[in-house]
Amino acid sequence: MAGRTLYDKLWDSHLVKQNSDGSSLIYIDRHVIHEVTSPQAFEGLRMADRMPWRLDTNIATPDHNISTDKAERDAGVAGMADEVSRIQVQTLDDNCDLYGIKEFKINEMGQGIVHVMGPELGATMPGMTVVCGDSHTATHGALACLAHGIGTSEVEHVLATQCLVAKKMKNMRVTVDGTVGAGVTPKDVVLAIIGKIGTAGGNEHAIEFAGSVFRDMSIEGRMTVCNMAIEAGARVGMVAVDQKTIDYCEGRQFVPVGELWHQAVEYWNTLTTDADAAFDTEVSLHADDIAPQVTWGTSPEMVAPVTASVPTLEEQPSEEQRKGLQRALDYMGLEGGQAIDSIAVDRVFIGSCTNSRIEDMRAAAEVARGRSVAGSVKQVLIVPGSQMVKAQAEAEGLDKIFIDAGMDWREPGCSMCLAMNADKLGAGEHCASTSNRNFEGRQGNGGRTHLMSPAMAAAAAVAGRIVDVRTFTGGAE
Amino acid sequence: MKAFTSHRGLVGPMDRANVDTDMIIPKQFLKSIKRSGFGPNLFDELRYMDEGQPGADCSNRPVNPDFPLNFPRFEGASILLARKNFGCGSSREHAPWALEDYGFNAVIAPSYADIFYNNCFKNGLLPVILTEEQVDILFTEMDVQEGYQLSVDLPSQTVTTDSGHVFSFELDEFRKDCLLNGLDEIGLTLQNADEIKAYEADRAAQHPWVFGAIK
Ligand code: SF4
Repeated sequence: MAGRTLYDKLWDSHLVKQNSDGSSLIYIDRHVIHEVTSPQAFEGLRMADRMPWRLDTNIATPDHNISTDKAERDAGVAGMADEVSRIQVQTLDDNCDLYGIKEFKINEMGQGIVHVMGPELGATMPGMTVVCGDSHTATHGALACLAHGIGTSEVEHVLATQCLVAKKMKNMRVTVDGTVGAGVTPKDVVLAIIGKIGTAGGNEHAIEFAGSVFRDMSIEGRMTVCNMAIEAGARVGMVAVDQKTIDYCEGRQFVPVGELWHQAVEYWNTLTTDADAAFDTEVSLHADDIAPQVTWGTSPEMVAPVTASVPTLEEQPSEEQRKGLQRALDYMGLEGGQAIDSIAVDRVFIGSCTNSRIEDMRAAAEVARGRSVAGSVKQVLIVPGSQMVKAQAEAEGLDKIFIDAGMDWREPGCSMCLAMNADKLGAGEHCASTSNRNFEGRQGNGGRTHLMSPAMAAAAAVAGRIVDVRTFTGGAE
Repeated sequence: MKAFTSHRGLVGPMDRANVDTDMIIPKQFLKSIKRSGFGPNLFDELRYMDEGQPGADCSNRPVNPDFPLNFPRFEGASILLARKNFGCGSSREHAPWALEDYGFNAVIAPSYADIFYNNCFKNGLLPVILTEEQVDILFTEMDVQEGYQLSVDLPSQTVTTDSGHVFSFELDEFRKDCLLNGLDEIGLTLQNADEIKAYEADRAAQHPWVFGAIK
């Protein structure tokens, strides 16, 4: 028998039934729920007079819509200023209470952005199928899970049946070998991959990230990479199990202990791609070619090294591409040929399920330490991904570093990643952001997003413009 | 679920690649706990000159005269003609809900983002995949012909133009079946309840830690 990929193994072990029409019934081990994509699903259950299939599979928390402002958060759900948002968060609480679903409520320890919360509580473990009504569910694949986003109809489907009707995806392997240079982070690696394969490059594929760069990366870093598989078009991103995976899981709240732990570890260690497995698509990059990355346009594939310039119309091979570039330049208020590091920023956002884990907070704090935000920058939001990240960062004194630098230390949530709450850009404002999407209007109507790593974003906050963190000297510039 | 068999209707354009779900339905409208009523806010930021608010009446908002779907000739469009990687971005099902609520029954594009494509079928909206060349032909015909209509037929998997082109498209057997018959997918899956339970028993014996941890 030919070898199997990690994805093949995860798929096979969750196959309930293979249908004759080519579809399959796949079992779902973990279902993560948040306030935005679940109310209609619970409503659907009730309308059809159905009950959840299993309770001990679900874990819920509010994240997208809640305020990150301390005073408003302290007032709880009842104190949420936006009435429509309040009803949505209240509806999540009500649904979880009604069915007995485990929820980490708005200010409870454990609450956080769904994709930060799941792994850190050990609710997602290697070998699981994990779904959530959110496309960045791929994040959990860093723990060798088969994890992907689903729509609300599928949220209802999983609640009611614990299964999904699915078709097997194709296997893609993205290999990055070598060792990344100083100042080059997991975010830069994944942005470089997206720059290479494009935002549709991974469509219909499950991506496995392989090679020494990912082996050397922390689990948090692997989460940053898998998180953005969706920006490369793939619903699924994964990294195989190694000792780091096991060490990360050990001791977390929902992870087994004792004999069960040993049994689990033995199984988890089989979750790697066989040496003789074949992939439908292979892509490779070399670490030496990856510099800190910055997006200059309105799609994550519109990305370049910080040392480069914005592309010019003349370089575009087709009329359609010229049109697309012109539209992006107009929206972003940039000129073709302009140096990336000449772009001034109005606001900075460090957070989101891509970059709000403790390592991200540390990387940003290291740059912010002893420096202060440029006078031209209106606001720097530092939004930890979860209550646990926040507590850890405060225990390390990182909050003080940020506050001393003139940055805002916030409560956990999605915040300006999608700007559903009050944290948003004004029209025309440029933002150095550690989030994952730079679509038009994503961070606020008319807002202009530049995606980059936490260290790069912190450096931009101090410099007042995009700078190369590798040569950044702070005040001496 | 709403069924789809065939449809003939006016074609409206969305002539740009990588149309994302934030563009289709901006995030402020995701605060709703309902499934309906998103149509007036479809393509909100492109369609209106001001910033849309959830729950607000759209009938008196200033519309963007340069946005093609606002042109009188595309009023009542029920087939959206689009470019590659349509629906990229988030998993929000509000995107197909908004398209459907606006009055679209089908979308035609060279490719779609996976999650969006999947979500369409749950809502009686048919996402047709044609080649880039075929989509180009349709755009060209539409540009020169006011009141341009197309016929989309699911049983034969074809798009037919009045000029005589017949373009075939592919889709999965399972999806076709569900859409043609408007099947309740949850009900269908629950017919396999015994198999699901048997799988669970098997799995619990092999990987017991997967069960019971979250209380
Ligand atoms: S942080 Fe952003 S991308 Fe992540 S779940 Fe929240 S809104 Fe989605």
